[in-house]
Amino acid sequence: MTWERATHAIALLAVDPAGLGGIVIRARHGPVRAAFLESLSLLPSPQSRLHPMMEDDAIFGGLDLTETLRLGRFVEREGLLSRSGTMVLTMGERCDATLAARLSAQVDKGKMPPLVILDEGSDPDEATPSLLIERLAFHITLDLAVDQIGILPSDYDFAQARERLDRVRTSVDAIRQITEVCLSLGIDSARAPLFALRAARANAALAGRSILSSDDIETAVAFCLSHRAVKFPSPSEDEDPAPQETSPDQCEASEQIEGPDQLGRLDDRVLEAAMANLPAGLLDGLQPRGTLGAGSGAGAKRKGNRRGRPRPSRPGVLSGRNRLDLIATLRSAAPWQKLRGAEAGRIKVSPSDFRIRQFEDKSDRVLIFAVDASGSAAIARLAEAKGAVELLLSEAYARRDHVSLVSFRGQAAQTLLPPTRSLVQTKRRLAGLPGGGGTPLAAGLVEALALAETAQRQGMTPCIVLLTDGRANIALNGDADRKAAATDAASIARHIRSHKIDTIVLDLGNRPTRDLEGLAHEMDGMYVPLPRADARRMSSAVSSALGT
Amino acid sequence: MKQPFPFSAIVGQEEMKTAMILTAIDPSIGGVLVFGDRGTGKSTAVRALAALLPPIKRVEGCPVNSETAKAVPVWAGLETKKVSKAPTPVVDLPLGVTEDRVTGALDIEKALTNGEKAFQPGLLARANRGYLYIDEVNLLEDHVVDLLLDVAQSGENVVEREGLSIRHPARFVLVGSGNPEEGELRPQLLDRFGLSVDVASPTSVDDRVEVIKRRDAYETDHEAFMVRWRAEDALVRGQIEAARGAIHRLKTTDSALRDIAALCLKLGADGLRGELTLLKAARAFAAFREDTAIGRDHIRAVAPMALRHRLRRDPLDEAGSGARVSRAVEDVLA
Repeated sequence: MTWERATHAIALLAVDPAGLGGIVIRARHGPVRAAFLESLSLLPSPQSRLHPMMEDDAIFGGLDLTETLRLGRFVEREGLLSRSGTMVLTMGERCDATLAARLSAQVDKGKMPPLVILDEGSDPDEATPSLLIERLAFHITLDLAVDQIGILPSDYDFAQARERLDRVRTSVDAIRQITEVCLSLGIDSARAPLFALRAARANAALAGRSILSSDDIETAVAFCLSHRAVKFPSPSEDEDPAPQETSPDQCEASEQIEGPDQLGRLDDRVLEAAMANLPAGLLDGLQPRGTLGAGSGAGAKRKGNRRGRPRPSRPGVLSGRNRLDLIATLRSAAPWQKLRGAEAGRIKVSPSDFRIRQFEDKSDRVLIFAVDASGSAAIARLAEAKGAVELLLSEAYARRDHVSLVSFRGQAAQTLLPPTRSLVQTKRRLAGLPGGGGTPLAAGLVEALALAETAQRQGMTPCIVLLTDGRANIALNGDADRKAAATDAASIARHIRSHKIDTIVLDLGNRPTRDLEGLAHEMDGMYVPLPRADARRMSSAVSSALGT
Repeated sequence: MKQPFPFSAIVGQEEMKTAMILTAIDPSIGGVLVFGDRGTGKSTAVRALAALLPPIKRVEGCPVNSETAKAVPVWAGLETKKVSKAPTPVVDLPLGVTEDRVTGALDIEKALTNGEKAFQPGLLARANRGYLYIDEVNLLEDHVVDLLLDVAQSGENVVEREGLSIRHPARFVLVGSGNPEEGELRPQLLDRFGLSVDVASPTSVDDRVEVIKRRDAYETDHEAFMVRWRAEDALVRGQIEAARGAIHRLKTTDSALRDIAALCLKLGADGLRGELTLLKAARAFAAFREDTAIGRDHIRAVAPMALRHRLRRDPLDEAGSGARVSRAVEDVLA
């Protein structure tokens, strides 16, 4: 996106901050972003900064303990969101699903000031939760060089544009065009066309028009719809039967554009505008992105974290190994203050009031399926493996396990699905898993190990389920060297063992492979030969190995 | 504060609208779960429902919306016991809510100022005799879910903490909405919802244009729009009230009961809850249609929403549970 377009989005937002909701700015930290953020001065002031790791009380408001104790009455602290002006959520890619849902609820209630989300994510998986993206009109990706930095829009009269905004009229034609573009881009949400309509209006108001022009609609479509596209429009399929007929049609259409409202059938042009703005990695983005709340970071103490779900606090003795729940302690002390004869403004706390924080220890399990999709595992076997994983999935679902999917074939391994509890997503990814190529067993194990380590850091208990025929023939460096491949696999296996990760090796080969049994031994895991992979047997093998 | 979008102005989404109307006719059906993609109007419909519900009679100022003065709990400390009409409560259960706010807890203000142990009622108290709405229900923390499961089952909220010992009625219609991509619901929680519907955006251009037109009119020409649709809403409210009266006079024939049992058997829906819900839903639907007895048409119409979330999960079946119910309906009620 060019500098001019990006700043124009901010200008539109400045015209209708309440209606457009806000903007996601995806850019790495740097001079370009810094220069661009100057444009936020066009938005309502003051700016308040939100951070995904902030305490809930600070964001949404809550008990102000200090004041409550000082004044002896309930004092509520206002959260950041009660301020007017503009909210800037930094590090949007670290925002977890729960915070995203709570912020979204505020947006829905109309209690959210215009929201600017700064997203520094680098991978497609590392993104602002889609819940939030959905509720903001704009999403821009700044990938500009320093010399592309331009000036900020200054020649607009925003006060006048805001005033004019209410008078900008919409026509049914405009609505229909926007809706049709949404359909062809596969956008189902009703929010998208509504945002586009508002953006078009803001654009008209900014340009001093009170009737929507084709330019307004093109701008709006490019800004509001292109990043929501879930499929490429497929004109070739639709028009194949009669390619000749479209052109005279278009000629007629262009004549109509001469009409008073300047709005003929300009769907094609509008669509082009959206197409021109389709992000380069659209195919990657076709999968729902960021839904997993990528913010669950290493080491960060998340409230809902699996490491310890907060349980109701219990009376107890402070020992230095446990943590005092201050509020609960004060709560339990509060009723006795008169009896204990506390002076005003002071609280008498006795050891019996101490409340100790409790966390739930049992952590969730994540099953990491590493599926061999190589040519030797053969298409038929791959189908069986898929069947088995699906069966295991339904059991994992019942046990509330997380599941994750890694496939390896050709030269490398790939994480198809980071840990999730969503059956829908897993099934979708699994169904689209292609087969063929060499067997980079070591690479598959490396990928699975990386996932397992991340899961461990998040307090989950990983378990790797390896489905392969064991004919490793691609080494870690990508060379087709059977011997090196086996050595590499064995050394990764020892790594896995040193991490004390549970492993199950399901042999998909026609005959049990001694090598694979050795590998399972290296990992200190379980080896289950399944000469004829039968989905049900496989699933029961895993179940019994897990002891459930 | 802007008035919510009118219920009758929602384009299409007939199954979702019917499900909500049925719970309004007979709250004992036990709530609705709405699953669907973003921007399909899930929460719009729930908010709209509030305006549609007939008012209830309740003791003024009663924290649990008691119907009669006798039912007002002692801890409420109410002096006036005047009964008046009030809108049916629709209470939001926000994500990230603390247990204290859900169940109620020690009133910290009274404790601090007077040294008095008083109970501050929570959301469950406020939702009594009304609706409890959870948006993004699949993101709800497990410990809050556990609380809800217990209360939704017993219809009573028991608070035993901080030296308090309080119990109060908490009967509410549970309405949840969510996006299946955010994760699945625990089967135990699924089971607590009487009905479940899947929503999707309309597929025709004309319907979609209509959606945007109405939404746009709602925002830009609010007053006129509300006047236009409030009349329609009043009509539906009248139908709900009429159906509430008619439902007791409805005849349930043996053949209807047999159909329902056969359908549940065929689908292997666990427990009797499926049968009961299907019966109640069919009855409410018949009353809504101003019919005098439950017929196969009624059962056919409500079977998917009453049963689809009670089936054993089959990840290998791509068609989804709704299609399985429809197939069974075709077989059994052929």
